[in-house]
Amino acid sequence: MSTLLEVSGVSVSFDGFRAINNLSFQIGQAEMRAVIGPNGAGKTTFMDIITGKTKPDAGRVLWGDKSQSLLAMSESQIAQAGVGRKFQRPTVFEDQSVADNLMLALRKNRSPLSVLRFRASAQDHGKVAEIAQEIGLEAALHRKAGELSHGQKQWLEIGMLLAQDPQLLLVDEPAAGMTPAEREHTTALLVEAAKTRAVVVVEHDMEFVRRLDCKVTVLHEGSVLAEGTLDRVTSDEKVIEVYLGR
Amino acid sequence: MTDTAPSSLSKYSGGAGAEPPRLATPSGGAKPLVQRHPSVLIFIGCLALFTLGITILAEGFGIGVISTSFVKTLGKTLCLCLVALAMDLVWGYTGILSLGHMAFFGIGGYAIGMWLMYARTELIVVESLAQAPLPPTPQEISDGIAAQIFGVVGASEFPPIWAVAHSLPLQLAAVVLVPGLIALVFGWLAFRSRVTGVYLSILTQAMTLALALYLFQNDSGLRGNNGLSGLQNLPGLGDVPQSTVSMWFLWASAAALGLGYLFCAWIVSGKFGSVLRAIRDDEARVRFLGYSVEAYKLFIFTVTAVIAGIAGALYYPQAGIINPAEIAPIASIYLAVWVAIGGRGRLYGAVIGAAFVSLLSTWFTGGQAPDINLGPYTIQWVDWWTILLGLSFVAVTLFAPKGIGGLIVIIERRTTPNRHGADLGPDPGALREKEAET
Ligand SMILES: Nc1ncnc2c1ncn2[C@@H]1O[C@H](COP(=O)(O)OP(=O)(O)OP(=O)(O)O)[C@@H](O)[C@H]1O
Ligand SMILES: [Mg+2]
Repeated sequence: MSTLLEVSGVSVSFDGFRAINNLSFQIGQAEMRAVIGPNGAGKTTFMDIITGKTKPDAGRVLWGDKSQSLLAMSESQIAQAGVGRKFQRPTVFEDQSVADNLMLALRKNRSPLSVLRFRASAQDHGKVAEIAQEIGLEAALHRKAGELSHGQKQWLEIGMLLAQDPQLLLVDEPAAGMTPAEREHTTALLVEAAKTRAVVVVEHDMEFVRRLDCKVTVLHEGSVLAEGTLDRVTSDEKVIEVYLGR
Repeated sequence: MTDTAPSSLSKYSGGAGAEPPRLATPSGGAKPLVQRHPSVLIFIGCLALFTLGITILAEGFGIGVISTSFVKTLGKTLCLCLVALAMDLVWGYTGILSLGHMAFFGIGGYAIGMWLMYARTELIVVESLAQAPLPPTPQEISDGIAAQIFGVVGASEFPPIWAVAHSLPLQLAAVVLVPGLIALVFGWLAFRSRVTGVYLSILTQAMTLALALYLFQNDSGLRGNNGLSGLQNLPGLGDVPQSTVSMWFLWASAAALGLGYLFCAWIVSGKFGSVLRAIRDDEARVRFLGYSVEAYKLFIFTVTAVIAGIAGALYYPQAGIINPAEIAPIASIYLAVWVAIGGRGRLYGAVIGAAFVSLLSTWFTGGQAPDINLGPYTIQWVDWWTILLGLSFVAVTLFAPKGIGGLIVIIERRTTPNRHGADLGPDPGALREKEAET
């Protein structure tokens, strides 16, 4: 399996505080990975670096077969290259309908002039309806996203990720605020997505991580503490000490 | 109005396991603009009726109940509505609070004013030199025009920016190109360094101020604080009475406003409008979707500057005079106030706000409003109008953020339910808003 994303030796400081410390990480083309770690371990900052929101002080972030550096690219270029992201706090465009949100995310030419000329075809509408069905929002297509419940917004954001059709999905705490049934559905969506692309899931909930049934990376104080199957990392002395044993 | 989604999918409510629909109904994008947005049709209809009504009532071609000066006021108001549309596009839809769009409006006015002044002075000079024993050389004519135009600032030669003032097509091109280019360069610098919010507003104010101060100088080449005057007289059409000219301009302004409205509605109705509103609400998120936010902002900033320039080019021939005071920073702030009072984020709101507030302002400051005698103190509206306007602005911002246009929405009952503080999940006791904000 070839490497899709390679992060090596990355460090970031905020006002002297090292949020990420010499972090290295790799993920393959069609792989699911769970990232766990205590609050403030740097999980969100790690995603910020990959998506171009935060520029690291040191290190490399290489992408794809051609080992392109993501550090020189803007957020929108990185997204166009195939990195999709779901935020910790659901961020959807509340003033617009569910259909509009999905249509915005749908994989199309993003340049202003082609968007100006864009008219959604029946196929595009079909695709939007299809995704809406996957995320259980087919009846809410024409409701404003702001009217949705917290869990539904989480799903809408996952739906937007699917519409974007990225090669790498970065999903920050997708199950927060969801009922057990909703969590199960979310797991199924992510597992399905990981069949054809790389998925990185940050999650606190161990049960959720167990159901993802994938390799786990434990972050602590901005670097990788342990990596392996869930059973292996949860029996790791250091992990128990900093994370589980609390 | 403009934020309704195409409704072609509403029939679809497939249950679990249902085939995703291969739509038989025509897609939303295939429908004509007016069908997706009935407000466009209503607006164009009202504008046409208004124009027809004024034509019948005015002196130029009708029964003469309305004075020519009032026709000019109405024509100017239409131009202000057009620049308010531009402001709504850039602020109400895209969230860029530009406090510099009246500078583009003024530049449009100057660009057309240069030709008007040159061409009319040329006619006068040629006529006066015709009596001379020898036919005048081109140089003599040019010197004569320059002496006429620049005598007031003690110069007698044409500055370089008047190089194409003799040509109507080139000055018309300048109406569009100069505001467009300034906006493009300014916007590129500002958006590229991600200047947003209040900092951008301050920057646009600084741009306006710099332009006004430059124009105030006598050696700016645009007659300093005298500005350009006599713009109401169309060169070569001296015999046509102002009552007729005023109607021509009213029609042209109405046509420009109608076309501008159609254009803006087209921009905001499709996916482009969806991207703009998304940028307004959360520009970082839009970046992570792969849209180059800066390119969109630059596009809309430049396009609206061009619209403002066109509006100014129609306004100042009706006003008759333009001077640097018109470009003062306060003018752009007024523009924002009109749009806020009318209701930003709605095209008709901007038009209503500009028309309502500017006409009211004309009434109050024109000395027509009756003063209020409070015994020891008399409220003179000429002075108090600005304060009243300021208070209304504060009141609208605090109590009716959607402005006058918002009232129409309330009537339509299309308001979003307020879920603040409610359970976020579907089950009672689910995560609450406060807990989710971590
Ligand atoms: N922009 C910033 N400026 C200053 N400090 C920051 C910034 N972003 C993150 N930090 C700090 O970096 C550390 C790592 O934060 P991060 O949000 O990545 O943690 P996390 O692992 O996502 O935590 P959580 O589980 O609470 O979401 C924290 O101590 C945080 O306070
Ligand atoms: Mg986090």
